[in-house]
Amino acid sequence: MADSVDYQPVSPRFWTARQAVIAAVAVPLAAAAAGFLAGSPDPVTAVLFAAAVAAGLSAWVIERGRYRAWGYAEREDDLVVRRGLLFRRVSVVPYGRMQFIDVAAGPVERLFDLATVQLHTAAAASDARIPGLRQADAQRLRDRLAGLGEARATGL
Amino acid sequence: MIGRPAPPIAAAALQGQWRRLHPLSPVVRVGALSVGLAVLVLPSLMNRSAARGGRNTSTGVLIYAGVAALLIAGGFVHWYVTRWRVHEGHLQIETGLIRRDSIRIPLERIQAIDVVAPLLARILGLAEVRVVSAGRGDERARLAYLSAAEAPAVRAALLALAHGLAAQTPEPPAYHLARVDNSQLILALCLRAQVALPLLLMAAGIGAAVAAPRTVAAAPALVIFVVSAAANAVRLFNDDYNFSLGEAGDGYRLDRGLLQTRHETIPFGRVQAVRLVQPLLWRSLGWCRLDIDVARQHMRNQQDRGANVVAHTLLPVATLDQAAWLLSRVMPGAPMLPPPGSGAPPRARWKAPLSYHFLAAWTSEAQVCARTGRVTAHTVVIPLDKVQSVRLSQGPVQRALRLASVHVDTAGHRWQAHLTCRDAAEADGLLDHLAVAARQARRRAAQPRPV
Repeated sequence: MADSVDYQPVSPRFWTARQAVIAAVAVPLAAAAAGFLAGSPDPVTAVLFAAAVAAGLSAWVIERGRYRAWGYAEREDDLVVRRGLLFRRVSVVPYGRMQFIDVAAGPVERLFDLATVQLHTAAAASDARIPGLRQADAQRLRDRLAGLGEARATGL
Repeated sequence: MIGRPAPPIAAAALQGQWRRLHPLSPVVRVGALSVGLAVLVLPSLMNRSAARGGRNTSTGVLIYAGVAALLIAGGFVHWYVTRWRVHEGHLQIETGLIRRDSIRIPLERIQAIDVVAPLLARILGLAEVRVVSAGRGDERARLAYLSAAEAPAVRAALLALAHGLAAQTPEPPAYHLARVDNSQLILALCLRAQVALPLLLMAAGIGAAVAAPRTVAAAPALVIFVVSAAANAVRLFNDDYNFSLGEAGDGYRLDRGLLQTRHETIPFGRVQAVRLVQPLLWRSLGWCRLDIDVARQHMRNQQDRGANVVAHTLLPVATLDQAAWLLSRVMPGAPMLPPPGSGAPPRARWKAPLSYHFLAAWTSEAQVCARTGRVTAHTVVIPLDKVQSVRLSQGPVQRALRLASVHVDTAGHRWQAHLTCRDAAEADGLLDHLAVAARQARRRAAQPRPV
């Protein structure tokens, strides 16, 4: 999909953060299930345990795919953002159409020194969002985009 | 209206002196409210007084009169503390007794100015001037109410100022483009599903009641449904009665309305998209409707929304030829009907079985067009220089079928163009082509237009 575009990946820390979130949910659950299994080893508990492990593993695989799907490219006149594994999305936002740019970081993102850059145009539907950038990178990207936007701004 | 100098009150306000609105405005503002209140309160009062043998009727009436007096006093105070003027390139409105609200609208951000006269205001010879502006935050302005003679003059002056001309510049004469015959409008509305279905239901209900009187028990639900549908039909008719469209130097002029008259202006270049609508029953007659989308912000509350309702019908009903002619005026060079080969690939039938027959997307030099719809065909035409962003989306089913959809976003809030279920390779090409073509169109539009 738009193969000619040279996409930049997001920071590997984004994947680390995602893995940490998956682990934070999955490990205590697995430990509890394992303890339960050790207490009363019967086939139903064993199947439930196996299903829980499979769910955790598939979440890991899907999240890895989603992490790899994120990509953005700063072209001469517009920014291209690619995302989504199952539902793929590609957004093209011309610099001249950017109204303002947000840099946001949630608690987990802050823990891993990450931030999300969100672009806003006058159209409510256009959503171009780049998560998982190092905070310094995100701020540099924002400043660069804001400069490009000002240079190419046009009216509604 | 043409070239007539503004009446003295408005002229003073336009020269920067604070002026109040028309002294009868509280009557209209409160009038509508008190009628509503009466409808709500009177039945319960009557019930109660009837239950008590009619002795307390006078108390009830007194309470109602007291509330009405309070409302009128409040309306009067609101009128007394509200003032407006045009000063240093801004339209300023100040209002509020306890919490002062001061609204300043830069004249150059004015998108359109409408003159609206609800029934009660028309009876009293008043009209409201609504200023629609583009911008973030709550920039809204209603001058409710001015006298019916002042309102058009104020509109002309504000529009002239918004275009950087002197306030005394007469309103440019409008060149007549289209008029809709009222009988055609009635017939067309009757053929709309939202009007025709309740009519059929009502006929069926009456038939059932005659055939089997015991089914009358279900009547109240049906009556409520039919009444609301009828109110909707009447509103549609009331809105578009005596529709006429003109073109003046500063934009399109729309005049319409039976009980509530509206005179609206849509400036050139503010049109974000035009949509051609062909409902099922209209297609057999070769009729269609043209809608229009103008850039504006989402409004926070009901009053703001009401103040910013702008025209969204460019032509309520017309033949395809008339619509094509009008579209060629509004968007020169836009092909209204899909050229051959613009339909979705046959395998899209699996992804969109109900809308496959209408799916089509095509581009021209200055526009991108997309047709979608299941029963009613909607064709959206977007000028390329209004494109805000282009998106491509592909779900799992679409990927299996090698399909993808392209979405074209504008600053309008009513609809976007969805180029649904194109061939995946074509969609990739469209994404790149539209990004480049939109950029070129923007550059062309940024250069001053030869007048």
